[in-house]
Amino acid sequence: MDARRMSRAVPRVRQVGFFTPNTPAKQPQPQSAAPSSESPPLSDSPASNSLSPVMIPPPRHLSDNLGGRTAAVPVPGRENSGELPTVGSYNPSESVLWLDSPPRSRIGDEELSEGAESSLGWYRRSDSAKFASSLPSGGFNLSTAKHPESVAAVEAKNPLPEQSEAQKEQASSSKPLKAKTTKAERRALQESQRAAKAASRAEANKSGTPGGAPSSKPMKQPPQKKDGPPVASSIAASERIGVDRSVEKERKKDLPPPRKQFDDESRGGRAKRRSVLNQPEARNRVELFRHLPPHKNGTQLPYLGSKFFELHEKHPAVYKVGLQYLAGDLSGGNARCIAMLQAFQEAIRDYSTPPEKTLTRDLTSKIGGFVSFLIECRPLSMSMGNAIRFLKSRIARLPLTLSESEAKTTLCSDIDRFINEKIVLADKVILRHAATKIRDGDVLLTYGSSCVVEMILLYAHELGKQFRVVVVDSHPMLEGQKLLRRLVVKGLSCTYTQLNAISYVMHKVTRVFLGASSIFSNGTVYSTVGTASVAMVAHAFRVPVLVCCEAYKFHERVQLDSICFNELGDPDAISKVPGRVDVNYLDNLTDKQKENLELLNLKYDATPSDYISVIVTDYGMIPPTSVPVIVRGYRKEYLLI
Amino acid sequence: MPDTQALVNDFLNKLKKRKIEGSQATAKQTAELLRSVISQTRMPYTNQAAALIHSVKAVGERLIAANPVELAVGNVVRRVLHIVREEDLSLTTAAMAGLNLSAESDDEDDTDRDNHPALSAAAIAAASRSTLRPPSLQTLLEDVPDSAAVPHTSSSGGDSEGKSKSADKSSRSRKLKHDVIEAVNELIQDISTCHELIAEQAVEHIHQNEVILTLGSSRTVLEFLCAAKEKKRSFRVFVAEGAPRYQGHLLAKELVTRGLQTTLITDSAVFAMISRVNMVIVGAHAVMANGGVIAPVGLNMVALAAQKHAVPFVVLAGSHKLCPLYPHHPEVLLNELRSPSELLDFGEFSDCLDFGSGIGAPLLHVVNPTFDYVPPKLVSLFITDTGGHNPSYMYRLIADYYSADDLVLERRTTSGN
Repeated sequence: MDARRMSRAVPRVRQVGFFTPNTPAKQPQPQSAAPSSESPPLSDSPASNSLSPVMIPPPRHLSDNLGGRTAAVPVPGRENSGELPTVGSYNPSESVLWLDSPPRSRIGDEELSEGAESSLGWYRRSDSAKFASSLPSGGFNLSTAKHPESVAAVEAKNPLPEQSEAQKEQASSSKPLKAKTTKAERRALQESQRAAKAASRAEANKSGTPGGAPSSKPMKQPPQKKDGPPVASSIAASERIGVDRSVEKERKKDLPPPRKQFDDESRGGRAKRRSVLNQPEARNRVELFRHLPPHKNGTQLPYLGSKFFELHEKHPAVYKVGLQYLAGDLSGGNARCIAMLQAFQEAIRDYSTPPEKTLTRDLTSKIGGFVSFLIECRPLSMSMGNAIRFLKSRIARLPLTLSESEAKTTLCSDIDRFINEKIVLADKVILRHAATKIRDGDVLLTYGSSCVVEMILLYAHELGKQFRVVVVDSHPMLEGQKLLRRLVVKGLSCTYTQLNAISYVMHKVTRVFLGASSIFSNGTVYSTVGTASVAMVAHAFRVPVLVCCEAYKFHERVQLDSICFNELGDPDAISKVPGRVDVNYLDNLTDKQKENLELLNLKYDATPSDYISVIVTDYGMIPPTSVPVIVRGYRKEYLLI
Repeated sequence: MPDTQALVNDFLNKLKKRKIEGSQATAKQTAELLRSVISQTRMPYTNQAAALIHSVKAVGERLIAANPVELAVGNVVRRVLHIVREEDLSLTTAAMAGLNLSAESDDEDDTDRDNHPALSAAAIAAASRSTLRPPSLQTLLEDVPDSAAVPHTSSSGGDSEGKSKSADKSSRSRKLKHDVIEAVNELIQDISTCHELIAEQAVEHIHQNEVILTLGSSRTVLEFLCAAKEKKRSFRVFVAEGAPRYQGHLLAKELVTRGLQTTLITDSAVFAMISRVNMVIVGAHAVMANGGVIAPVGLNMVALAAQKHAVPFVVLAGSHKLCPLYPHHPEVLLNELRSPSELLDFGEFSDCLDFGSGIGAPLLHVVNPTFDYVPPKLVSLFITDTGGHNPSYMYRLIADYYSADDLVLERRTTSGN
């Protein structure tokens, strides 16, 4: 690798500056799929940072890299220190799941300071890349204008004789950034420009290799290699400070962005304006849950259907999935996630980049639009958030040299791989693990309808184990009945009961298997409402509770109760009981009665980790205390997929 | 007599078919039935109390056997027996005292109290009193003044009755029956007014702006909450619907009709909501002597959740729900399984439920229990018509209402059958 880079080393100075982020992607032009293996995560950090703090490669990443390129050792820390402030300042305004990703298309967008739009980061990055490649000299100013901090970062990676100067420059450039005013930005930009010019001059002088000037090949490596050690020593002192600071910042960055609170006037208003669906009136909403979006029920289906032709920018596949969410036809974390990803896949296949736009940038905004449409139909689950994050990072990391069709196939295969590895294969691994915990004569209890648990039960049955299943169900979802039907058809012997009778059946139960919608890093299991009660009663009866959950559903949030974040179901579903005509007490209420009555239909609850004996995941069986470890490792891993 | 028999049979049928719902209604009707049984009982000249006890027991055993899970029946039967014993005792003491005071001949005394010829009236009174009531500080203290005080109160009656023997007996027999019926009437009165007595205490327990959670429907809880509302307390009520009967819907409707701010939640959301709740107030089916509660299904879950979040779990129970028995494996033995049709639609699942189709047992069982047992450690407080009590005190409270002789009523029933 080094040899190859050496041979290519033709520093086009300005490009060097701007190309660093994309270096790895560009470098192996013939083998376009290479980025995943070769790309130093470093290069991605600007993009991923602005994406979401979660995606930021932890410091360890950086040092991993350094192992490969010793020369760069001191650099990453400084780089971080340069760019982190901005990232940090992005955090508060960033929405949970790109709720806000806007259809912004101005290229020369200088609204760095606004920063509220998370996807902006993507645009910026792709912009710079584009400019750098197409108009190497002319684009410089423009792109620098937009990227003072990335310039700084690049400089940092680009050890020069004038390193110390560059360092100073960087320090000064990062400061105004923190201030986040446009003036400051401009100054920063000027400074960085100056620095970059100086650097380029220096480099040009040094490496006299001719040719390939405007080419997009990365030039920075050889000089880096050469000058590494001296640089390291020269900046050793400042480096240490930088690293310390960066570690601290890194930690701060790890904080997930605050969730969108629906009762927040300013944001709620904006959401309302952009919404496709009618917002149900706020009447009779439970006060405790004003911060959550109200349930949108299937009655809006015809309305949405009629708007099909107005919302032409929504791909039909996405539209269909949205309608399915809205109608409640699609439920279950995995099913929803897979349907969404496949819809996106289809949309990507049919996608063609509009003229004067780049694929990465436009597609990201497109996906963002899809996502916000889906959110309107039904709030996303944590697992879907993770999947979207994955997809966006894949798009962002597409090598620019790829042709459109190549990029599309890459993305589609990426999605396929995600579905396969993270859901399908993960489930298979979970089956294997969980089946070892089922013995002959066991009485297994499950609640609601979890597809993983169902697979486990069927798998164990296929293995010939003799056991009985207790299916516990609860109004208003009554999903257990469908599960019961499927299990009985397969020949499993079952007992069916309602959640209230859980204490009655728990005496005989030997294991409790539960599914989860998400698992938070404090070990809290976020799952169908009622799961907490089941786990609690099982705990009280000293019955082990096994939670089965794929690792892609893990999330680094923490939550203590079920109220701060939840999803509201259709309140009217409560007053009706399917198949029971005798329960009609709430049918004819007077207006006065309705005024005082609130119906609350929660969808999820949070099970405290002390009720959980073990979490069965594709990484094996872990205690709830180990969830953060997986979250950390997992984050790193799917960045690199 | 025959009409009583018809009444009893009718009531037995209702009990067997579970047509009477709610322990209050059952208790009231049982008491009324026993009252008519007592009034119809022909009184012998001697040992009238025993005759009454015998007839009440005979009916009571059948009633209990008809619905052993409805503990209120047994409670009322025992209460009535206790009343008979007490009335008999007080009459005897009165008579004895009168006899003693008027210094009548010894043989009269002997014929009157054939069982205990040798004992003096005061000693008999003390002895029978101690058998009626379990030994306690109260009875011990009562004993001394009792024997001394009774003569003063009833000396005039005793004097007049002492004149002619036959007149005395007939009037006493009528008096015993009369007194017993009076007392049973009082008991019925108590049963029907226990709501008000409990509700009176509402203000002491419900504060302004509290959030109260309840599950299912209970008339006592409804009255309790409304009493607090009438006292200008404004608070919020979460009602869990109480599947599979969904009585919570009914309660919610009643509450909103009376202008209480009510939120109806699913049973599954109880754990989610309990962290924002100040107090759980529920009704009970029966309270056992150990302080455990037989309650509508689902309450054990609620009690566990309340304990986890340190929310007080308050049980409202009228005195007719206090059962003198200690539970053994109450989840199964004092429970009743209702029809699966409340959970599953037969039309959909009939093929799985069918015994005849496959080989051996069917694959699908449906469990639909009616009651839950809440162990005493999960209960913070009992509120009865006599005030608030700790679970650990319940055995004592219960002992006041029943005599120890009647506790085994049920066992004799089962051995007789």
